[in-house]
Amino acid sequence: MTRYSALGLLRGGFDGHKSWTRAWRAPEPKPRYDVIIIGGGGHGLATAYYLAKVHGVRNVAVLERGWIGGGNTGRNTTIVRSNYRLPQMQDLLEFSLKLWEGLSQELNYNLMFSQRGALFLGHSDSDMTMLAQRGDSLRCNGVDADLLTREHVRRLCPLLNMSESARYPIHGGLIQKRGGTARHDAVAWGYARAADALGVDIIQNCEVTGIDMEGGRAVGVRTSRGAIGADRIGICVAGNSSLVAAMAGLRLPIESHMLQAFVSEPVKPMIDTVIMSQSIHCYISQSDKGEIVLGGDPEMYPSYSQRGVPMRIEEVAGQAIGLVPALSRLRMLRCWSGVTDMSFDGAPIIGETPVEGLYLNGGWCYGGFKATPGSGWLYAHALAKGVPHPVAAPFNLERFASGATIDEAASGPLPQSR
Amino acid sequence: MFLIACPYCGPRSQAEFAYERPVEAAAHPTDTSEATILALYTRTNARDFEDELWRHAYGCRAWLKIRRHRVTHEIAEIRLIEATA
Repeated sequence: MTRYSALGLLRGGFDGHKSWTRAWRAPEPKPRYDVIIIGGGGHGLATAYYLAKVHGVRNVAVLERGWIGGGNTGRNTTIVRSNYRLPQMQDLLEFSLKLWEGLSQELNYNLMFSQRGALFLGHSDSDMTMLAQRGDSLRCNGVDADLLTREHVRRLCPLLNMSESARYPIHGGLIQKRGGTARHDAVAWGYARAADALGVDIIQNCEVTGIDMEGGRAVGVRTSRGAIGADRIGICVAGNSSLVAAMAGLRLPIESHMLQAFVSEPVKPMIDTVIMSQSIHCYISQSDKGEIVLGGDPEMYPSYSQRGVPMRIEEVAGQAIGLVPALSRLRMLRCWSGVTDMSFDGAPIIGETPVEGLYLNGGWCYGGFKATPGSGWLYAHALAKGVPHPVAAPFNLERFASGATIDEAASGPLPQSR
Repeated sequence: MFLIACPYCGPRSQAEFAYERPVEAAAHPTDTSEATILALYTRTNARDFEDELWRHAYGCRAWLKIRRHRVTHEIAEIRLIEATA
């Protein structure tokens, strides 16, 4: 792997940028691997990278139906934070956030990780009580959180509508200063390049059509490019987990819903933090290109359509303008929709399945992007050692039957009420 | 977004309706605990037609059984739920 550096960029300036080589190979699939990862999104590529780097398992293939990072990795609102309510979720996402810090250097790839702060707004006394409770819980667990007064929020985001008659009156907020955003495509590409350099085969345009079983054990996959054997197979296809698991006869606690996001035309810097809210579902941030990135509620019914819904665009736009009136003059550039793996408690599933040799990483609901490095690390641990990492242990598949669910929103076992 | 033809109210926006769960997820009092866990906590979740329970939450509040495609959102059948369902 040629290391990227300022000097290399300078050299490129002299030779018309003709000397850049491809960042990862395009190998033909081998007949057999130690580990096959189904799904070349951020999580799958991160898993392959940590398998090779941390565990020395280098005979690994990542199989991707389309192109890497073309699914939910490229469809999220790029927010990274770890300020969750329950300790299991805090441990998981803080583990991930610590990996984010320094990841660009480790991968030698600029992920544009920007710790610009993730701010939750409170719009009422009860919102502020909830935010204070969450902040306390975070600080007790060693995660940073700062409760902000209305005046603090005003200074941090002067463009917010702070008037008494605002549609969403602002009483204060809770900020995680280490939170922020990262460039989502770069995460997939950075992990792909680093994994490839360690010998991992990244095989694109390779759709898995079946899972071969022998005596109740998963021993390989059938793909659009032939059959491939493996000692261990990891499903990592959030959005389509149920479909791949069904190839091995499994039924999962997952329903696929759709979630939309939007970007505006690029404008000069106007919002330098991530704005979220305790009461309304509207996420506002500004990309490094200057586009305002907006996200909102998922649709509350199952769908694989990957098509947006006009009603939701109107709702999110209304909320965003209610919070930041200056956004009202912006033209939207595009909107899109991803398929979210909605689990029954709002928490992901990482680890073994009842089928020997088959592992699952999915159920990330609409919060998978921020967990990419941690998810990869923990999943690689399970795939390499056959036992879960302590941080991932609570996120097992059996927790639904045993009642040990991790219900962040405390909303009961329905995927649409997350 | 799509229209749902409520048997009482006629074609109305999907926004008036609340998705409840698939029909396969209905647990019955006589089920074993294994069957109840399967019904409550697992789904087929196919890229295909599935039978679903919906409520006309912001309309007549009727409970409906809808056969709907999970990719195209095409609705093949809408029925009122009878007392025995």
